[in-house]
Amino acid sequence: MKSVAKCKVVAVTGNDAVAEAMRQVDPDVVAAYPITPQTELMHRFAEFVADGIVKTEFVLVESEHSAMSAAVGASAAGARVMTATSANGLALMWEILYIAASTRCPIVMAVVNRALSAPINIHCDHSDSMGARDAGWIHLHCENSQEAYDNTLQAVRIAENRDVLLPVMVCLDGFILSHTLEAVEILDDDVAREFVGEFRPVHNLLDVENPITFGPLDFHDYYFEHKIPEIVAMENAKRVIDEVAQEYARLTGRHYQKVEKYRTDDAERIVIALGSTCGTAKAVVDELRDKGESVGLLKIRVFRPFPYEEIRQALKNAKSVAVLDRSMSFGAQGGPVFLEVKAALYNHLDVPLKNYIYGLGGRNVSPSQIKVAFEELKHLAKEGTTSDQIGFLGVRE
Amino acid sequence: MKGWKQLAIGGRIEEAGNSACYETGSWRTFRPVRDESKCTHCLRCWIWCPDSAIKVKDGKIVGIDLDHCKGCGICAEVCPPKVHAIEMVEESQFSEKEKK
Repeated sequence: MKSVAKCKVVAVTGNDAVAEAMRQVDPDVVAAYPITPQTELMHRFAEFVADGIVKTEFVLVESEHSAMSAAVGASAAGARVMTATSANGLALMWEILYIAASTRCPIVMAVVNRALSAPINIHCDHSDSMGARDAGWIHLHCENSQEAYDNTLQAVRIAENRDVLLPVMVCLDGFILSHTLEAVEILDDDVAREFVGEFRPVHNLLDVENPITFGPLDFHDYYFEHKIPEIVAMENAKRVIDEVAQEYARLTGRHYQKVEKYRTDDAERIVIALGSTCGTAKAVVDELRDKGESVGLLKIRVFRPFPYEEIRQALKNAKSVAVLDRSMSFGAQGGPVFLEVKAALYNHLDVPLKNYIYGLGGRNVSPSQIKVAFEELKHLAKEGTTSDQIGFLGVRE
Repeated sequence: MKGWKQLAIGGRIEEAGNSACYETGSWRTFRPVRDESKCTHCLRCWIWCPDSAIKVKDGKIVGIDLDHCKGCGICAEVCPPKVHAIEMVEESQFSEKEKK
């Protein structure tokens, strides 16, 4: 779809696409530590800083724990803050992820999804961001580099909305998106900057006329009360994400929903996925549709807040559904996406579900794997149930 | 106590220097009991008290702020041994009425 506003088409990697969005946002502070496959993203942004193209205060820290700590401090001081990380780097931020969210710091962070160790691995799966799913951050997933750019710009607006004020992770698949060259429409700088607008913090630690305290001690008497607004903000985010998407669509012609229904309306068999796998799945859907098969893809763009209402709606005519998870919740009844979808349908929709764990540690997901899922869904629709609720795609026995 | 709708965002405290509003007296297990007849008003307890809970007027100790005293016992410890004017007494020794 062509942009309505002025733009240019460039060939960039997913990392470059996010760095371009960051250049246009020109955040006050960026604190980051390099980790594959995020390194090139910050490398590119550091060039913008060195060349004086952005005015950002770039803080080189000694670890990701420090990166997120510096980000929280800068945000409390009234700055617009961005950062990026991957896998073990995200894991090292763990403690501060929760603090960023509950202190209501609207930080935007690209998470270039990579498998968590061990064994040590640098390639894509979603174990990093999925592990952080309860930290209070909004999670946006990208199918391609265009979405990585588009989601980054929108993330700033979502995070900083007064009804939200929560940090946002923009998740893009390591290497598959981060290191692959694609054609991406980049908005004119002025258009992008006008869309993002100025950051006006509610409080500002540097405002000596109005001294305030961030991050105080909070016991059984008030901690509970301080958690409720976080729940409300996450709920508000559902509306704000849609509002921001509508505004963005007017500029670009690209209209993002919390879920994208790809040929699902009349589909009997539906596969649910997120991230770059959706591109592969769409090609499979098209191929099977050409053969007359009734199949569709439901892409989840927003994982937190989880769009359970939209998912119920999209699946209401399905005969069987497969949920693809690029991570596992060990000891649980499936991967994180599966558990969420299953919970969303309980008491609402009685459709047979199957979970497929796939692509761990960057294992390539081929069209044939997705075809296996669609094929097995035929049997699931007929039988109505399956003895093995969790399947694995593309693993050797 | 305030409900969640009345609180500032993110647990922030919008009013400076309001820690006096936070009553920490309920944390106490032992209560300092001062014997006025023994006290020499040397003010060592006033100097050492980490919670500013020793109430002083015109250079004389006039009481202990039990709304904020956490019962750490530093006052009794620093009271000169020859004076020994402060005794730490278990809270359970006080009736509900005397409790503060």
